[in-house]
Amino acid sequence: MKRATLWRIGLLAAAVAGLEILCLAGAIDRLTMQPPHRMAVDLVRLLAGGALNAAILKTLGNAALAVVIAMVVGVAAAVALHRLPSFRRLLDPLFATYYAVPMFAFYPLLVVLFGLGDTPQIFIGAMLAVVAVIVNTLNGLDRIPKVLLKTARVNRLSPWETAVRITLPCAAPYILGAAKLAVAYALIGIIGAEFIMSTSGMGYEISYAYTNFDNATMYPLIILILAVSIAVNTLLARWERALMVRRGLA
Amino acid sequence: MSVPMKDGSIKRRPLKRGWTDTLLLVVLLLAVWQGLAWVIGAAELPSPFTTIAFTGRLLTSPSFWPHLLETAKAFGVALLLSVVIGLATGFLLGMNRFAGDLLEPVLVAVYSVPKITLYPILLLLFGLGIAAKVAFGTIHGVIPIALFTLAAVRNTRPVLLKTGRVMGLSTREMISGILLPAAMPEIFTGLRLGFSLTLIGTLLGEMFASQRGLGFMLMNAIGLHNVDVIMALTFLLVLFAGCASGFLLYLNRRFYQHV
Repeated sequence: MKRATLWRIGLLAAAVAGLEILCLAGAIDRLTMQPPHRMAVDLVRLLAGGALNAAILKTLGNAALAVVIAMVVGVAAAVALHRLPSFRRLLDPLFATYYAVPMFAFYPLLVVLFGLGDTPQIFIGAMLAVVAVIVNTLNGLDRIPKVLLKTARVNRLSPWETAVRITLPCAAPYILGAAKLAVAYALIGIIGAEFIMSTSGMGYEISYAYTNFDNATMYPLIILILAVSIAVNTLLARWERALMVRRGLA
Repeated sequence: MSVPMKDGSIKRRPLKRGWTDTLLLVVLLLAVWQGLAWVIGAAELPSPFTTIAFTGRLLTSPSFWPHLLETAKAFGVALLLSVVIGLATGFLLGMNRFAGDLLEPVLVAVYSVPKITLYPILLLLFGLGIAAKVAFGTIHGVIPIALFTLAAVRNTRPVLLKTGRVMGLSTREMISGILLPAAMPEIFTGLRLGFSLTLIGTLLGEMFASQRGLGFMLMNAIGLHNVDVIMALTFLLVLFAGCASGFLLYLNRRFYQHV
């Protein structure tokens, strides 16, 4: 392992230990924060008890659905825009400013339109994710070597065969990069929406625990969400890197 | 990109085309909005015209301004903190290879995590009120600024650094004379991202456990089922964010990409 990695682990461990000492010594009172070891114990208790399984499944299921929608719509839109350069140029400023717009401002409107079910949450998650997918996929499509497309034409491949054998495999690292962003954005969108206003899910459980001063539930849930999203992001980043290295791009 | 003309003047053709494209895009978006309003029904989704008219009335009503000021104040302070802390962190980590290797992955991890889950902790630490919102906006904005600055400072061309060292520049002169100008284009991108994320963070903070601000108004309007207010506020926010981001993009192109 690299020296920086070891030091980083050490630093994080020291930070946790510092929190533990501050909490146990009473410098941080129990109403503000539990000592870290209690959070770990509570997390195990919550997971083993199974009371949160429904909320966890719901949030992760919705996030998966939002990612799938964003990937399908995003890749399809990117392929279409790649064929229509003038339309793409028209939409360029939209993509450039898209993430500047506070997407959660649309959540109240979506709640009014779709009701307070899963739909507005999935909608927000997919909405946040889809443009990252479009931009990344377009980037990948732009980088396909011309010679490969010419070869396809020489060999008289149909558009479908060209897509399956050349376009998509060539753009794969970029599409995977898009998937990585889509997962991060979908989780942010869905948990944020649940947190602001909803009736179930992990985000909702956190805000419910907060309003009830239930730190024994709140902190373990926060840790769980952070751990899940960091783990998923790291795994996808590793995979993306492996693909890039194999392609000689990194 | 600029096109040199025969008489030596420079014509910015792409920039001009950019304006008509933007205008076309705005017309297109308004048309889509109007179409959706027809399909869904004006009671659920008011048309652009109704919304703009209502926005005008909202802007002249005295009860609206305290909320706007509250949001503006929280956003302004959060943005200032984001920029100062972000630049400082970026320069520190960028100039020190080991510190950068140590902390960059931590920043990247925090960047991609749903930060809303951290908001209850901030509320417990700072209490209800403007401080928690400012803190929440700041943690959103500070990370992209720090990451972009870090990358830019680290990738400064070695020849520039060597020249600086040969000339015996002090650390302060090194930053102001070499690192900052060389890293400015990328830092600018980070600032643009930081601006948007700070706004998002501040509003998110207002949407939960808050009694004032535009975010609170939005959440309150859901309870009252006041679609006009929701639409007007969303419209104003999108307009502000879109214009600000567009302006920053324009500045970026104007200053740094016309080579």
